[in-house]
Amino acid sequence: MDTIFAEATPPGKGGVSIVRLSGPQARAIAARLAGDLPASHQAGTRRLRDGDDAIDEALVLAFDAGRSFTGDETVEFHLHGAPVVVSRLSAALRKHGARQAAAGEFTQRAFLAGRLDLTQVQGLSDLLAAETEAQRRLAVQNASGLLGKRATEWREALSEAGALLLADIDFPDEDLENGLIDAALERIVAVRESIEATLAGSAAAEIVRKGFQVAIVGPPNAGKSTLLNRLAGRDVAIVSERPGTTRDVIEVRLDLNGAAVSLFDTAGLRDSDDVVEGEGIARARRTAEAADLRIHLSETGEAQAGLLCPGDLVVTSKADLHPGDGLRVSAQTGAGLDALVSEIGERLAQRIAGAGVVAHEMQRDRLARAARHLREAERSGAEFLAEALWQAIHELEALVGRVDIEDYLDLVFSRFCIGK
Amino acid sequence: MFHVKHEFDVIVVGAGHAGLEAAAAAVRLGRRVALVTLSRDDLGALSCNPAIGGVGKGHLVREIDALDGLMGRLGDAAAIQYRLLNASKGPAVQGPRTQTDRALYRQAVSGAVSAMSGLTLVEGEVSELVLSGNGVQGVRLADGTVLKARGVVVATGTFLGGVIHIGNDQRPAGRWGGAAADRLRHQFAELGLPKGRLKTGTPPRLDGRTIDWAALPRQEGDAKPVYLSFLTEITANRQIACGVTQTTEHTHDIIRENLGRSALYSGNIEGAGPRYCPSIEDKIVKFPDKSSHQVFLEPEGLDDTTVYPNGVSTSLPDEVQLAYLRSMPGLSSVEMVRPGYAVEYSFVDPRSLRRTLEVAGFDGLFFAGQINGTTGYEEAAAQGLVAGLNAALRAQGRPLFEFGRDQAYIGVMIDDLVSRGATEPYRMFTSRAEYRLSLRADNADMRLTPLGLDLGCVTEARRLSFERKHDEMARGREALRTTRLPAAETENGETPTRPWTTAYEALGQGDGVARVAEHGARPEISQAAWEALCAEACYAPFAERQKKEAEKLAVGRQVSLPPAESLIEIPGLSIELRHKILAVRPATLVDAERIEGMTPAALALLLIQARQKSAA
Repeated sequence: MDTIFAEATPPGKGGVSIVRLSGPQARAIAARLAGDLPASHQAGTRRLRDGDDAIDEALVLAFDAGRSFTGDETVEFHLHGAPVVVSRLSAALRKHGARQAAAGEFTQRAFLAGRLDLTQVQGLSDLLAAETEAQRRLAVQNASGLLGKRATEWREALSEAGALLLADIDFPDEDLENGLIDAALERIVAVRESIEATLAGSAAAEIVRKGFQVAIVGPPNAGKSTLLNRLAGRDVAIVSERPGTTRDVIEVRLDLNGAAVSLFDTAGLRDSDDVVEGEGIARARRTAEAADLRIHLSETGEAQAGLLCPGDLVVTSKADLHPGDGLRVSAQTGAGLDALVSEIGERLAQRIAGAGVVAHEMQRDRLARAARHLREAERSGAEFLAEALWQAIHELEALVGRVDIEDYLDLVFSRFCIGK
Repeated sequence: MFHVKHEFDVIVVGAGHAGLEAAAAAVRLGRRVALVTLSRDDLGALSCNPAIGGVGKGHLVREIDALDGLMGRLGDAAAIQYRLLNASKGPAVQGPRTQTDRALYRQAVSGAVSAMSGLTLVEGEVSELVLSGNGVQGVRLADGTVLKARGVVVATGTFLGGVIHIGNDQRPAGRWGGAAADRLRHQFAELGLPKGRLKTGTPPRLDGRTIDWAALPRQEGDAKPVYLSFLTEITANRQIACGVTQTTEHTHDIIRENLGRSALYSGNIEGAGPRYCPSIEDKIVKFPDKSSHQVFLEPEGLDDTTVYPNGVSTSLPDEVQLAYLRSMPGLSSVEMVRPGYAVEYSFVDPRSLRRTLEVAGFDGLFFAGQINGTTGYEEAAAQGLVAGLNAALRAQGRPLFEFGRDQAYIGVMIDDLVSRGATEPYRMFTSRAEYRLSLRADNADMRLTPLGLDLGCVTEARRLSFERKHDEMARGREALRTTRLPAAETENGETPTRPWTTAYEALGQGDGVARVAEHGARPEISQAAWEALCAEACYAPFAERQKKEAEKLAVGRQVSLPPAESLIEIPGLSIELRHKILAVRPATLVDAERIEGMTPAALALLLIQARQKSAA
């Protein structure tokens, strides 16, 4: 039986996030992160570390097998409520062999272990409804997004590879072209590389790894650098009264309510004949376009029309000089900064929750396993290759849909003249 | 003769490959068996290709053999060419195949039948089943004779509503010369068994004396034959080669010009044919760019001049068949012994069956073979074995037996049939088996003979031979596991994790067999046991994983679910899932798990429903 984990509190929000880990390896895995564990049914504060990386200071509760919700060894981590912390812990748990639980899996285990009575588990119906809704949202996202497009390509290529292998293995006596296995392998390698590339660049991974990227954009001398310095609490950008001082993109990493945020100060956007400044402006635009969130800062409270995306923040600067409504900051007096910070935090939480970090992480897990299956088989014989393909397709099922022998056979018979 | 009644334990209707294997299995369980056939001459007829085995099919033959069935031994007794298919690939996908002599096969069957004590061969036509309530009591023959038994196996092949098509001519029949079993078909309809229509075809037969063999390349058999049966030790007959010719542009022109006269293309046939066994008409229409198709010329026997041209099954009129045959190299003056034809026939939707092959809702009534929508001797025989075993168990009042997908290709096939039905004649492919690396032809005996011993269908001679091999393998395995060899260099030049490997581990690696031999580590065991160990070691890492999966399945299979109608009342299930549950009608948790779109949460709900029902 696998050891599974899941966030037990609604993702993305809340002061405390609870992650539950259950299964035969639960205590062993938890001990690797927390050092020693409290006795069963006792809580204790532990500093969670993954190797040299600190995860969080958390309240840890351990439950022995036979005395827990699922009947198996269980450990609960009560973390500071920030998606990034949950992600970090998830990554560490995965690294030590646990797997993201599917929706309802904890309850299923609990029921199988006889830990729940029937009235208690009727709540599963609601869960199921919620799960369906989450899947639907995810499916819509995937179908319209890059991942959906890739998944379609993977399905096609993997089905073809399966068909080629089937033709090679199950029709040895037919007059087929040579090199079927090589042709299958070519497709398998291509899919594996594409999966790995997707994993390396997936949006959720980026946010977790690089932090949430926020760009401050606006006309020259709007006070962008001053705001950055104020938020960072140190002088990093050159601040002067002369427009066009910031000629490059300046990055500051911040910890905003426990979440990693990269804040970018960009060159003021204006038409310029200065070659160096022109280049700075071009970079500013690229950075702003690639960011997860843009703060449009100006004295007039206007956005940069060409760069405005839904969910961006529009902020009036130098609020001490220009009274009015809306989000307003004064870097000089510090007024409005707390409100801005909490607004950024709010947007960040929405983004991560909206993208469904859990769903994404489950997908990441599956993608990674699929790629591993394919990679391991690349140098072995046809039947091993077919076996790996089978495993990989199974992992990708949620993304690419079910592929089975009938799909292979359809392709084989449309492509090859087989039969006697 | 209306008053005549005969008492048996098991009655088998039809003496083709399914019926024969069913009767033999029931006899091995010590039952009194009646085998009813239209004509004694039908016994052991190879009505299509004179070959047994292959990839997937060879696996089935080995499994039948492991359970002490007939097909492997009969095939070996009649073999005139052996070829191990996929010999260049791993043992999991290798399949033994033979070319058989029709007359010798018939002779071997007749010998096997007369050697069965407890078997009564009855010549006659079954006109109806004798039923009472939801159980079967026996069969009534056309002459009024009633045969009574607690288990009846229906294995009537294509005789059920069979129609032969040659060009525009049609006539009722199953196989050539047989009479259609229309009355039975009506009774099945009355019983509410859903049916469908399928078709299959066979090529013309040639007079071998009119073939210019000297002008054609030959395909020889293997120098070192791999036998079908675990018990066979010597080659029984002189071995022959096949000829190879091919269709030409001229052949294709002739066929294209006459397409309208083919029963397949004139709209006379409604049944679906197998895509892996297309007629020559189909091949030319569907693959117009292919200028030539290979045709194997397979002699039907050592003393038989009939030749089976493998690859040109057809339903064109006689004269067109002859014309296109003569357009091929080596066949310019060939004569036909008889024309090819298409057969259209009815089958019973196998989704009405349980995995025991018993009809759901009718105790003691079993279906096996082509009537269930399959094609092939091997597929038929394997079902016959299962139906015969279970009919005998039913007669004995013992619990019935079913094979799992993780145990045998037989289990894969029956599970596919009863859960998915058949949209074209079902043929075995290794790609259908998700446990392909574990379900091998080489280990069919280790997988299934112990089961057969438990069931009581394995006789003394096989038991002894099995135990000897099993012990040798155990001894060899132990020796190999305790022998250390220096570790092989890894492919990317990394240092191996430990400086030695066991000989058993080494055996599973690329050049392992040679390395083990080099170090003098090959244990002193028989060649058969040694080869089996080599194959086993090759897949050992996968076997472990598949075993775990199989254990999980076994647990789920223990949990039976209430009827689909009560499952869909569960709140929270999506409409889509409800539809699927109604269509698939999962009997156990494992069936439910395999439904597309099933989630752990939904599965938990089904489980709760199951517990509630069983508690109520």
